[in-house]
Amino acid sequence: MREVAVISFAQAPSVRRDVLRNEVEILMPVVAEAVERAGIPRAEIGFTVSGSCDYMGGIPFSFVTALDGVGAWPPIQESHVEMDGAWALAEAFVRLQHGDVDSALVYGFGKSSVGDLPDVMNLQTDPYVVAPLGCDSISMAALQARAMIDAGICTEAQMAEVAARSRRDAIGNPYAQVKGDSDPRALLGQPYISSPLRKHDCAPISDGASAVVLAVGDLARKLCKRPAWIRGIDHRIDSQNLGSRDLTQSPSTRIAGENAGTGKGAIEVAELYAPFTHQEILLRRELGLDGNTRINPSGGVLAGNPMMAAGLIRIGEAAAWIHRGEARRTLAHATSGPCLQQNLVCVLEGE
Amino acid sequence: MTQDKAKHYEGVLWAVHTLEYPYTRSVGQVIGTFLAGLKEGRVLGTRTPSGKVLVPPSEFDPETGADLTEIAEVSDTGAVTTWAWVPEPRAKHPLRHAFAWALIRLDGADTAMLHAVDAGDPARMKAGMRVKARWRDSRSGSINDIECFVPVEG
Amino acid sequence: MSDASDIQPLKGITTPISLDYYITPGQATARFLKGIMEGRLLGQRCPKCRKVYMPPRGSCATCAVPTEEEVELSNRGTVTTFCIVNLPFYGQAVEIPYVCASIVLDGADLPFFSMIAEVPVEQVRMGMRVEAVWCDPAERKPSLESIKYFKPTGEPDMPYESYKEHL
Repeated sequence: MREVAVISFAQAPSVRRDVLRNEVEILMPVVAEAVERAGIPRAEIGFTVSGSCDYMGGIPFSFVTALDGVGAWPPIQESHVEMDGAWALAEAFVRLQHGDVDSALVYGFGKSSVGDLPDVMNLQTDPYVVAPLGCDSISMAALQARAMIDAGICTEAQMAEVAARSRRDAIGNPYAQVKGDSDPRALLGQPYISSPLRKHDCAPISDGASAVVLAVGDLARKLCKRPAWIRGIDHRIDSQNLGSRDLTQSPSTRIAGENAGTGKGAIEVAELYAPFTHQEILLRRELGLDGNTRINPSGGVLAGNPMMAAGLIRIGEAAAWIHRGEARRTLAHATSGPCLQQNLVCVLEGE
Repeated sequence: MTQDKAKHYEGVLWAVHTLEYPYTRSVGQVIGTFLAGLKEGRVLGTRTPSGKVLVPPSEFDPETGADLTEIAEVSDTGAVTTWAWVPEPRAKHPLRHAFAWALIRLDGADTAMLHAVDAGDPARMKAGMRVKARWRDSRSGSINDIECFVPVEG
Repeated sequence: MSDASDIQPLKGITTPISLDYYITPGQATARFLKGIMEGRLLGQRCPKCRKVYMPPRGSCATCAVPTEEEVELSNRGTVTTFCIVNLPFYGQAVEIPYVCASIVLDGADLPFFSMIAEVPVEQVRMGMRVEAVWCDPAERKPSLESIKYFKPTGEPDMPYESYKEHL
């Protein structure tokens, strides 16, 4: 296996609604910053891959327009996944194993604000017997939260604490959208959206973008003072049939975590993609993270959820701790699909 | 709803773009049978070699990957396994008043299916409660041939 | 349970979807469309390669930098290539045959599509000089539809060398 490291990372501030800029205008400075920080001329990057979702932005092939802001001349080797940028990074990781290119630009972007995200996400579900019911993504997550509460795995109060902690930690994150001190008890006084989920239990709607540059072996060492080496990366998916899953567990997370090597050493920082508070509790269980791991110091997606970029941001944030020399072993997780259906885990280490 | 969102775009060039697709889908033998059953007011699933009945049906055994062809009929009454109360339904929800989404394991089935429960009061909702399908008078072969489920005793 | 072997499977299902999106065009396109409302064609120039984009999208696809410099373009341009549409299709707004052309406006470095009219279709040719025919100011919308079509100017044709790079 060729060693692959994250050598640079950039993100746009998550905002509720960018009414002035389109996706390309949001993305362009982010890509420019990541490429500049990486120290490789744009034309020398061997592979480019992005993550975005047409149904979210209402524009078919939006990722093709995005290339206007990325630079595709002379012709580049380019790919795209209709997924969060974290999966684009997984593709880049595999592509770099081929041996013919040594660097990759990965980016994710999207404007969740333009459509009605909970209804857009309905289209991810089985088109024959589930989607026509019109169930939204928050209600589906709520089914899982209820199951976890009934099984004694978590309480609404614990969920509110996750929200309060995330918002408080986000105060230190200039890119976060929802931040501040909140009293969990006051949060619990708010009405349900879909019980047991209240507004604070759900990630906000966000527009944004992120970009990461990967490099192999000695190139990474040459360009980056402290490369964040990807020691393990794996992703798994559970059944698309919601009623056949035990929603109080996430086997795909557990298996992805094992394969990525979470058990091989202490994890100092974990950035987990938990768009709902109860899901953070479940992810911590499945990944075996105890009180010794700092969870979502960025505030996580509860503080800002630019869909299609947010999973890549988890990887970037986890890598940044290593770049800054503040941690030696970190973990990033990304999710897709209702109730943590598909999960990616990436374990990063300093030299 | 339009006015509510439009206020964010004052002073900015904007437009509402409506994406519509008619989507006519071929369904295959297994889903086609399930939908035909719904049209007749019956709920069908597929039975795996190990004896499990999957509702909604699956074309393949999730454990072995084997093709599933054996059809089994289940009851239109069953138990809620988990639920979520919606105080204010969204435009695309099946009911216009407060209701619950639920996963419902029908008697005879080993998996649960997603549908709505018209319970009237969130206090009535709990895992294990018994519910029965409220069928529409006019059915076309769709999951919405069941309008929703309603609580029943026993 | 009862025998389900009597059931004849349905062959298909319609599952229509409809979603609304509140779209904003982005700053660059918004400026361009504002110009359209004023009857002006505003391209944008790349600061690196100096090419002028029409219509502009806010970034240079070659250099990946924002194109901020506005360049007011002429209403006149040259037909690079074109086709005569003879195919009727559902929703067609124009009577066939009609001409669709790829036109480079004077001052721009990129062609764009528009229709040609006020000339018999068999007389349209590559290198032909054309000028925009706009809708009435009262009917203008922030859209390229505000230009009804292009018509010949009567100027001599441009030589092939002058537009061949746009083909």
